Amino acid sequence: MIDLVLIGLTRFIVGGQAQWIGASPETRQRIYFANHASHLDTLLIWSALPRPLRGTTHPIAAADYWGRGKVRRHIALKVLNAVLVDRATQGPPGAALAPLRGVLAEGESLVLFPEGTRGTERLPGPFKSGLYWLSQEFPEVELIPTYLDNPSRAFPKGTFLPVPISCTVRFGAPLLRRPGEEKEAFLERARAAVGALASDPVL
Amino acid sequence: MSLTDKLFILFGGICALLGIASAIGFALSRKVTSENGRATVDNLNARIKAWWVMVAIFALSFGLGRGVTVVLFALTSFYTLREFISLTPTRGADHLPLVAAFYVLLPLQYWLIWTDWYALFTILIPVYGFLLLPSLAALKGDAEQFLLRVSRIQWGLMLTVYCISHAPALLTLDIPGRPREGFLLLFFLITVAQFSDVMQYVFGKLFGRTKVAPVVSPSKTVEGLVGGGLTAVAAGAGLWWITPFTPLGAAAMALAIVAMGFLGGLSLSAVKRSMGVKDWGTTISGHGGVLDRMDSLSFAAPVFFHLTRYFYT
Repeated sequence: MIDLVLIGLTRFIVGGQAQWIGASPETRQRIYFANHASHLDTLLIWSALPRPLRGTTHPIAAADYWGRGKVRRHIALKVLNAVLVDRATQGPPGAALAPLRGVLAEGESLVLFPEGTRGTERLPGPFKSGLYWLSQEFPEVELIPTYLDNPSRAFPKGTFLPVPISCTVRFGAPLLRRPGEEKEAFLERARAAVGALASDPVL
Repeated sequence: MSLTDKLFILFGGICALLGIASAIGFALSRKVTSENGRATVDNLNARIKAWWVMVAIFALSFGLGRGVTVVLFALTSFYTLREFISLTPTRGADHLPLVAAFYVLLPLQYWLIWTDWYALFTILIPVYGFLLLPSLAALKGDAEQFLLRVSRIQWGLMLTVYCISHAPALLTLDIPGRPREGFLLLFFLITVAQFSDVMQYVFGKLFGRTKVAPVVSPSKTVEGLVGGGLTAVAAGAGLWWITPFTPLGAAAMALAIVAMGFLGGLSLSAVKRSMGVKDWGTTISGHGGVLDRMDSLSFAAPVFFHLTRYFYT
């Protein structure tokens, strides 16, 4: 019930049409990695996925936003199937990835925002290394570059209310792993794959 | 004849027309062989199907009364403004003016129609919106392309909210001896404007040779404009019996609607061209976005409203 209301609201305010450009909506294990521009992003990708995929795909959401407040927390965990991660985690490198590994080990899919924080530009900023480690540890999981068009305009950083501006979710062709590729080169290639899905700007 | 009787006849007539169109579309789809022709016929049939849905929505809202009809137009403004702003570049500092446009000015404009507050309805957006929006944008302290940015939002609001709201505002007109007949005026406006668009398309496809404005809108032709426009004027004159106009007056009113509708389509084609797009969206299959269907109406509605208000109330 809540999920239908959420999808209806998302469609009404920001649209959120899915465009499957290089991949088709299949129920295979995937990591969708996307540019991050607003708090709408999690909701947008979740509502753009067809129903059968929604249940087995887990967006990674920041605990300091989605975990705050009873309602928001309930929506994040019970409706969006999100995995909450604490961005301030201290400890050995890669420790923050533990809950993500858990999801992949169970055979389910992930939605990642490798920039780690919301950007304001059209093209994504530098990626953090989590995507690289996960792609190494789970070599059979498909890596789908995903571009979110417009959420930074609909709901810019530092505002309280989204305005009605149509957003689209574009799913690109799977990023193939190259044997022996360095971490930096892989992350740069992943970032370029997301950026390549952006449309030309109107001036 | 009561208002309900008239509306039944009118929507019955529209359904008959659409039935004929569907039959022709079906016949064409069986006859056509070339690839180019196939694309045209498929688009034609998608358009006819979408027309059935649009007519059903309008018939339902008319049947449910004034409140629902006003809400339907408010939603139309909402969707067209969303389409307009989505394609128009905005910056972070435009967020507050956009919040005011979507969540304050738009509902307020339609509330003023609902409560029949004419004086404020006519100046809310051109005066108070005009002063409020740049103020909100300036408070954010971003001067980059300032005039261009506030102009774009103001223009979008004028077009999609202010102008379109003049169509349901016809329901507030008090024509002596004709209570509640605003619905018939609204029917007249929508039918003439849309019929003109359709017939310009049909005449253009059949006889179109000379382009009116090749740079701005390559699909508009002189043959389409004259043939389609005259057909729509004749249809308008034929509808005189539902209006307070004489047959000649109805023809003149229809001519005004056709002329404004043509200019609206042309101006919005220029806007789309400047943004490098062909359609405003993909909401209505075969037609494009909602604004692609409303462009002519948005230019025609205020003129028809004021002509009727000046000469007949």
